[in-house]
Amino acid sequence: MKVRKNIAISENGFIFNPLTGDSFSVNETGVFILQKLKEEETIEAILQSLMDEYELDTYTAEKDLNDFLSMLKSYQLITND
Amino acid sequence: MKPNYESPTIQKLNAGMMNKFGSRTEYTPVKFIDNVAIADLMDQYGSPLFVISERTIRQTYQKALKAFRMRYPKVQFAWSYKTNYLNAVCQVFHQEGSWAEVVSGFEYQKALRNGVPGNLIIFNGPDKSREDLIMAVENRSLIHIDHFDELFMLIEIMEEREDVKARVAIRVNMDTGVYPQWDRFGFNYENGQAWNAIVKIIAQEKLQLEGLHCHIGTYMLTANAYAVAARKMCELAFAYANTTGKHVKYLDMGGGFCSANTLKGSYLQGSDIIPTFDDYAEAITTTILQFGFRPDELPLLILETGRALIDEAGYLLGTVLATKRLADGRRATVLDIGINIMFTSFWYNHRVSPAQDFTQHVEETTLYGPLCMNIDAIRESVIMPILKKDDRVVVHEVGAYNMTQWMQFITMRPNVVMIDTKGEVHLIRKQETVNTIVDCEVVPEHLK
Repeated sequence: MKVRKNIAISENGFIFNPLTGDSFSVNETGVFILQKLKEEETIEAILQSLMDEYELDTYTAEKDLNDFLSMLKSYQLITND
Repeated sequence: MKPNYESPTIQKLNAGMMNKFGSRTEYTPVKFIDNVAIADLMDQYGSPLFVISERTIRQTYQKALKAFRMRYPKVQFAWSYKTNYLNAVCQVFHQEGSWAEVVSGFEYQKALRNGVPGNLIIFNGPDKSREDLIMAVENRSLIHIDHFDELFMLIEIMEEREDVKARVAIRVNMDTGVYPQWDRFGFNYENGQAWNAIVKIIAQEKLQLEGLHCHIGTYMLTANAYAVAARKMCELAFAYANTTGKHVKYLDMGGGFCSANTLKGSYLQGSDIIPTFDDYAEAITTTILQFGFRPDELPLLILETGRALIDEAGYLLGTVLATKRLADGRRATVLDIGINIMFTSFWYNHRVSPAQDFTQHVEETTLYGPLCMNIDAIRESVIMPILKKDDRVVVHEVGAYNMTQWMQFITMRPNVVMIDTKGEVHLIRKQETVNTIVDCEVVPEHLK
């Protein structure tokens, strides 16, 4: 799973998609996940990173990550490649 | 130490577009009620939990009383039992000097048990049984007659009784220029029914007309309607005085004052558009004072204000059970607070605040209750900070009607606590148990 080409992500959570002109705002956890996706980490690795970074149990991490990824997909910000 | 976790969220930015749901309203968490920590309350008394602030009740009552007393010499509040008849709540109002205003035999019994003298109980409502009426007559209560069938039943009861008179008033409904016109309670003013009822009472030796009552509606957004109602009540009082040479002792203007809750469909927040106690008081008292009563004949002004006196003092604390994503991508948050215990969510957009710290990020969400029913949504759409499972929320202004109209549906009704003026917490209604419900059931032998 990768972030689409040309998607701009700022450190404070502003996202711009130059293809569609859409812009988005994500929170700190969202930025954390997007950065990992940009670094082409696997889902399993991102899960582990989340739990290393925050006080978090596996179930919540998995549920929240899946939900976030589905939203990124619906906004066409990531691809399955 | 690891940083606090917040579920990841993404919000599409629509620059320049109107947001019909308005902006966020919650900027700080609500962690205390009257300096008592919400976390401690919920740890001790569970979730959901109703919390009532005695201090707020007393402050609101005094504010309302002051608004009327500074304008009119004879004012009496009667606590509307149906709005919240938990005994502890009623006793706070009675301690402040309120009489009791009841609308059923059940509420009447409650008022008696609360130690309210019979002659300080106002008996309203369309359903008074023969036994109820006899009890009210014997206790010298003020019986507010709702319809001719009740009037004739009372006449019949009094025929059998010696040496006692029934203290009565009639309930009057009228056109006050607001829609919808409430015409189902009492006798209509414009078509002459109210006067006919008065004439019938005048002719009865054992009925003593003490006052006139009206209840023009609920959540009245214009104080002027009360001015219209007060003028019509004064007209009737004068007509009665001209006919009999006697004066009614009181005018009861009923209830209907708004609380600061926001009605569904309202563009503005409730607190921005509702009249104040002063507005209502000005409309009512100016009309009566200018009508032409002699100073010694001014009637006592009775008010049966319920909602506006108690709503703000009630909080409902709850817990997030789950968060999920709806088919259209919107967030859904499932709380343990359902419409079964928050009946007023049918007509109000209640303010809901998180009870723990949150970041500046928000998202649109639907707040669902825990019931297995599609209609169990307490806010269809609200901009909230990011909530996760086990987070706690505070619903504001739930003191009116929720603790009387709540339903025992699927689950049991929760604890209710009151924080007194010194900050002590008292359990004032115990959480129901399975036994509370099943003890009333009887299974026939052949089904056991």
